[in-house]
Formats: sequence, C-alpha cells, structure tokens
Amino acid sequence: MTTKTGAVYRKRLLAHRIGIMLSVVAMALGLAFLAWILATLLIKGFGALSPLIFKGDTPAPGSDGGGLRNAIIGSLMMVGLSTAISTPIGVLAGIYLAEYGEGNKFAQVTRFVTDIMLSAPSIVIGLFVYAIYVANVQHFSGYAGAIALSLIAVPVVVRTTDNMLRLVPNSLLEAAFALGAPRWKVATLVRLRAVKAGVITGVLLALARISGETAPLLFTALNNQFFSADMNAPLANLPVVIYQFAMSPYDNWRGLAWGGALLVTFAVLLLNILSRTVFSQKTPR
Amino acid sequence: MHPPVVMQGTAEQAVSDASQTALRKVMRKQRFEDFFFHKITLLFAALVLLVLVGIIVSLAIGAAPAFRAFGAAFISTVEWDPINDKYGALIAIWGTLATSLIALLVAFPISFGIALFLTEICPVWLRRPMGTAVELLAGVPSIIYGMWGLFVFAPLFADYVQPLLKNTLGHLPVIGALFHGPAMGIGILTAGLILAVMIIPFIASVMRDVFEIVPTVLKESAYGLGCTQWEVVRKVVLPYARNGVVGGVMLGLGRALGETMAVTFVIGNAHDLSWSLFSVGNSISSTLANEFAEAASPLHVSSLFALALILFAITFIVLSAAKLMLLGMSRKEGLK
Repeated sequence: MTTKTGAVYRKRLLAHRIGIMLSVVAMALGLAFLAWILATLLIKGFGALSPLIFKGDTPAPGSDGGGLRNAIIGSLMMVGLSTAISTPIGVLAGIYLAEYGEGNKFAQVTRFVTDIMLSAPSIVIGLFVYAIYVANVQHFSGYAGAIALSLIAVPVVVRTTDNMLRLVPNSLLEAAFALGAPRWKVATLVRLRAVKAGVITGVLLALARISGETAPLLFTALNNQFFSADMNAPLANLPVVIYQFAMSPYDNWRGLAWGGALLVTFAVLLLNILSRTVFSQKTPR
Repeated sequence: MHPPVVMQGTAEQAVSDASQTALRKVMRKQRFEDFFFHKITLLFAALVLLVLVGIIVSLAIGAAPAFRAFGAAFISTVEWDPINDKYGALIAIWGTLATSLIALLVAFPISFGIALFLTEICPVWLRRPMGTAVELLAGVPSIIYGMWGLFVFAPLFADYVQPLLKNTLGHLPVIGALFHGPAMGIGILTAGLILAVMIIPFIASVMRDVFEIVPTVLKESAYGLGCTQWEVVRKVVLPYARNGVVGGVMLGLGRALGETMAVTFVIGNAHDLSWSLFSVGNSISSTLANEFAEAASPLHVSSLFALALILFAITFIVLSAAKLMLLGMSRKEGLK
C-alpha cells in the first residue's frame, strides 16, 4: 500500500519536474534567440557604423565607400508624414469607439475590423496602395509609401486610444457633465487629457511598427540611389535599401545593409522600451 | 436638431429674458458642436471600415482578369510560367501553408512554456523584465529576421541540423520523404523555423494574458487537493483558458501566413513543388515581393493580384476566428 502510493507520488513529482524544466528551457530559448539576433547585429553592424554612414549617399554598384544618408532622411520623412496622418485619424476614430461605441453595431464591427487590420499582411496593404494611388499617378513616390505606412499605423493608434479611453472612471466624466460641459469638451478636454500618456504610448508603438516595415514600401516608395527630398518621386528608405543591399553580391553593400539593420533595430527597440517604461506608469491600469 | 429645452420652475422664471436668450444661444451652439463632434469622429471610424472594403474591392478588380482567364482551376494549377503567360497558385499556396504550419507546430509548445514560466514560475520581480524581453522579440523588424536567417541561421542549419535530420528522421518510412534532398540551409523548413521564432512572442503574450484570467480560487482549490504545480497548469489552467489559447495560436497563424520579408530571404524563391521540406519553394507573399515590381504582362500582374486576394481571404478568416475565440475569453473575464 505505502509503496504503491509512494510510486504514484514519485511519478507525479517527476511529471511536475519535467514540465517545469521544459518551461524554463522554453523561456531560455526565447531569450537566447533575442540575444543571438541582437549579438549578430552588433557584431556585423558595428563595423559598418561610422560617421561616414550619415554623410555619404548609397553607393553605385561596384564603387567603394558611401553611406546611408539619403535612405535615413527618406525614411524619417516618410515615417514622419505617416505619423502626422495616422495620429489624428486614429485618435478621432478611437474617441468615437470609446464615446459612442456602447451597444452600437457599427462600432462593434469597426472594432472587429481594426483588430483584424492590426495583423493583416502588410504586403497586401502595399499592393492596395499601388492599385489605388501608384497605378493612377503612374509613378512610385514617397507619398505612396507614407500612405501605405499610415494604413498600417492607424489600427494601432485606434486600438490603444479606444482601450485607454475606456479606462477613464465614469465619475470623472459625470463630474464634468454636471458642470454643464458639452460632450465634445468632456471627451477631449477631460477624457482624452486623462489618458494623454496612454495615447502617446499608442503613437510610439505605431511609430515602432512602421519604422521597420519593408514589404509595403516595395511597390510604393520603391527606392532611389541618389539623395532626394522630393516626396512626389521614388524615395530612398532604410528598409528597402537594407533588403536590396543584403541580397547584393558587393561586400561594401552588405556591410552597409548590416549597419542600416543595426540602426533600424535599435531605433525600433528603443521606441518599444520607451513606450513601455516612460509612459506606462502614468496610465491607469 | 431638437428645440432648446424650455426651463421650468420658480428659480428659472426669475431669470430675465435677456439671459434666457443668451442661455439658449449657448445651448444651441453646444448642441451644434456636439452634433459635429459626433459626425466627425464617426467619419474617421468609418474610414477604417472603408479601407477594408477598399482593399477587398481593389484586389478583386485586379484579380478579375486572372480568374476570367484560368477560372477556379487557378488555385489548383501547379504551373507558374511568366514566359508563356500561364499561371497557377498551387506552389505559392503550398509554400505559405507549409511554412506557417511548421511555424505553428514549433512555436506552440515553446510559447506555452514561456507563458507558463511568466505566469506561474517566474519570481514576481523578474516578470516585467522577462515579459518585456519577449515582447522585444516581437518588435524586431521582419527584415532583420530575414537577414539573420539567411546569413547566420541557414549556414549553421545546413552544416549541423539538416544532416542530422536526414540521418535520423529521413530513414523513417513515410515522413522520411519530408527530410530528403540536398542540405542547402534555405528552403521551406528554414522559413518555417524563422517564422516560428517570429510568432512565439505573439502567441506567448496572448497565452500569458488568458492564463492570468483564470480565477485564483480555482487554482488554490486544486493546490488544496494536493495537486502539483504542473497538474494545476495542465488540468485547471489550460482547460479554463482553452479558447484563449486556441485564439492566440490562430493569431500567430495569421501573422505567419502574411509574413513577407523574413520568408523572402530564406525560402529560396523558386517555383518548385516537392514533398521534401529541405527543398526551396515560394510563398504567396514572397512571390509578390519578388515579382510584382517586374511583372510586365497584364495577366502576370493580375495573377499576382489574385494571389494577394487569396492570401488576404485566408488571413481574414483565420484572424476572424482568432478574434471570436478571444472575445469569448474576455466574456469569461467579466464573469470573474
């Protein structure tokens, strides 16, 4: 009798130990992949990182040297423009969902669709912008790239704004209404202001998301070997330059690709950490 | 517009006519502003829906010539031949499905382990940094995964892992065919593994969220009966959170299906069809990334649009299912 229960007990304990051990191994594996990828970037990208990368433009095939100045500036322009487009659209749509979304079929459908657009394939978004914009104006352009990036950023901003606004306590809103404030003032000057930090988090997350996007830019902004600040023409940008240079046979191109990859990744991760640590403490949870 | 509310009662009667009209004016103005505020925010919310409809319509218009030329057989045709202008989607669909399924099979147990670690095993002070680290894995741009996969992972995979798989699993009767052919490092299997690393953080973070919904009373009851931690997780937490777990897995699947850059780097970009997972192939998204800018004939462009439409339809269905399952889960949270 006692030996039997002892055997059962040992078996259960063994199963427990194996399960817990596998879980720790899984976590270690996840961290190892992150460390491996970051280490690769640092080792291969650091060599290419020099002040020259910010001074020179992308080199012609076969020529030495060069930098990524045009690509960095092009990326900043496009990401900046699409943040300027997507933030007001996303915040206003988020306000609608939080403010008028209670028991409203249209709002429920919009919320559902926003969630799906969050994970929709980004290359399809690029194709869509090609079909409605690039094909009509007959040339690739920085504007088309910015539109594609905006379409990816909007759902992120809508969702975080909506979620944050719904955390504001009703008593705060009722107090404002009791003072005779109209709804739009309560929604913007009281409710939105209470979760300002949360909304900024959403914008930063959207920024992080679009900064590294490559697929939607392939058929919209394309690329430009030379320096150009004209948004109405093909515009150089870091992700597409990284893609083309990484696949190229030239050593200095590949070096630049790793340097650009290092820049993009650390910018994106920094934005991620910033949005999580600096602003998350001030938002109601 | 409604007429302004007429004030009643003794106090209001004392208010002079002048201030009455002033009050009405203010109220009318506020109503007007509120009306506009409602309509403007509604407009922007409708914009999101409009984009979805726009995507479906524009892809359908773009795909129409291809479907007219090849009919429904487009989906089951192997041939993809830009020179003779004949197109079929089977290779690309197979590549997309195969890589995503491999990714799912690998990512699911690891994500489960990570979610378990973060909710049950990890000391509380370590939870936040560990959770952030996993989420950073999701933040790394997909093109970086592609470069890492092609230049770092694939050579090691070809040298060490593929020969090993070939010598062990390759000799088994049925599944042996899956691990056949030259060990090139790139191919369907590599693409699937890179995708797995990419979707682990998405699945793990959904799982962690649903594990946290499980009522503490339920877990404590099981502990009170003498269950081990592993038994509590397997027999209490997992069944309670089942819908959420499935939802998280489908969300990861949706991501994997549409992933472009990482796959384009490592899948090999060849229109070949083979049972071997070592062979190079093509997925829908990698075909689009490689060929769209260079497609010359209208039928080629249209066939690419048709591929995009198929991809969008598949991901839309998968993500909708994921969303519905997770909605059911958040209702449980309300009951808690």
